[in-house]
Amino acid sequence: MGGNFALGYLTFMLEGALWTVGLSLIVLAWGGALALVVALCRISGLAWVRTITALYIQLIQGTPVLVLIFLFYFGLPTLLGWSLSPLLAASASLSIYVSAYLGESWRGSIQSVPKAQWETAECLGLSRTQRMTRVILPQAIRIATPPTVGFMVQIIKNTSLASIVGFVELVRAGQIVNNTIFQPFAIYVLIAALYFSMCYPLSLLSRRLETRAGDKSYA
Amino acid sequence: MENLDFSVVLSRWDMILQGMYLTIKLTLISTFFGFAVGTFCAIGKRGRTRWLRNVCGGYVEAIRNTPLLVQIFLVYFGLSSLGLPLTAVTVAAIALTINVGAYSAEIMRAGFDSIERGQIEAAETLGLSRAQVYWHVVLKQAMERVYPALTSQFVLLMLASSICSQISAEELTAVANFIQSDTYRPLETYIITGLLYVALSLLLRAAFWLLGLMLFKRRRKLEAFA
Repeated sequence: MGGNFALGYLTFMLEGALWTVGLSLIVLAWGGALALVVALCRISGLAWVRTITALYIQLIQGTPVLVLIFLFYFGLPTLLGWSLSPLLAASASLSIYVSAYLGESWRGSIQSVPKAQWETAECLGLSRTQRMTRVILPQAIRIATPPTVGFMVQIIKNTSLASIVGFVELVRAGQIVNNTIFQPFAIYVLIAALYFSMCYPLSLLSRRLETRAGDKSYA
Repeated sequence: MENLDFSVVLSRWDMILQGMYLTIKLTLISTFFGFAVGTFCAIGKRGRTRWLRNVCGGYVEAIRNTPLLVQIFLVYFGLSSLGLPLTAVTVAAIALTINVGAYSAEIMRAGFDSIERGQIEAAETLGLSRAQVYWHVVLKQAMERVYPALTSQFVLLMLASSICSQISAEELTAVANFIQSDTYRPLETYIITGLLYVALSLLLRAAFWLLGLMLFKRRRKLEAFA
């Protein structure tokens, strides 16, 4: 193996890792907002809203994230007439991917709030909106927290695909460094280690929250 | 805004079919071997040998907490630095197997844990060895209980196999990349590709559902009584 792994390369890759975190947070925020809409539409009183949302979820869950990214980065500009930056294309497509998976997971959390809670709220004369915001969602958030923290790991891992359209996050930063020193195996080991150090704490936290939620179960 | 024209993409149906064939092949091969790896790993994780428990646990955590893209490149550059003359497809199949092995291990472990202690104790009392207990008593029941989770994981694997296009394994996504650069019709190409993946995942789900009916006949009979 030739070449030196200078400190400059390491800082460059750490900057890339910071972008991985940044992109993950953007995707979590936008994807989470969309997911809430998806979850509420899935339990809407209107049948056609439920059907369309179910179809949306089926379509997104049946398409690879990579194809979604390509669709936004290469496909959308031909429709819009202007090009999307890698950051915009990646965050938009990843948010849509997140909305389908997290939306379906959150729908489950909302529906697993015991039926008596819905009925009691109705008996107390709360409107549908009040019932949702004051009674159901606060309890659903508690149920949804462990799987959502677990899903953060999926988000972080999937941001690596943004490297393919040229967004300089951790993987792309590593590839750029590799172009100068050509030690692909060592660099990918380092990339993997950095991803592990970001994802493993979240995995542990999700597992701990899950066991704690199990103790407090009242359903 | 120009008009959508799907015909130029669809006229390359022979390439698309070849890509789909490779996607299915990669999925089935890595599902089969990955499930085997995962099952042994789950058994190892629950075993009495400490170092084996640590190795299996470490493998599962390492794979589950790193991106598949990085794993594929690691296998690709790792095996090529060993000087093994492997094709991109073989490398892809190995990487996908390693990946899905870890996820199946976690699912199968949950399945094994769900088997009541009484059954295992009864089997041990009858003089069955540990291997026999796993084979005759635990394995099929555990599989039956986690079958839905397993099949979802295998469908996710099929979708994730799209990432193998990055080491130029000519599966569906790689074919799509070629077609879009050839026709300058990226939107149409990726819409069709996306829909084909949706179709493939529905097909795969249907196939696993049928396989489940064949594998777990007992449950069907029980349902007939209910």
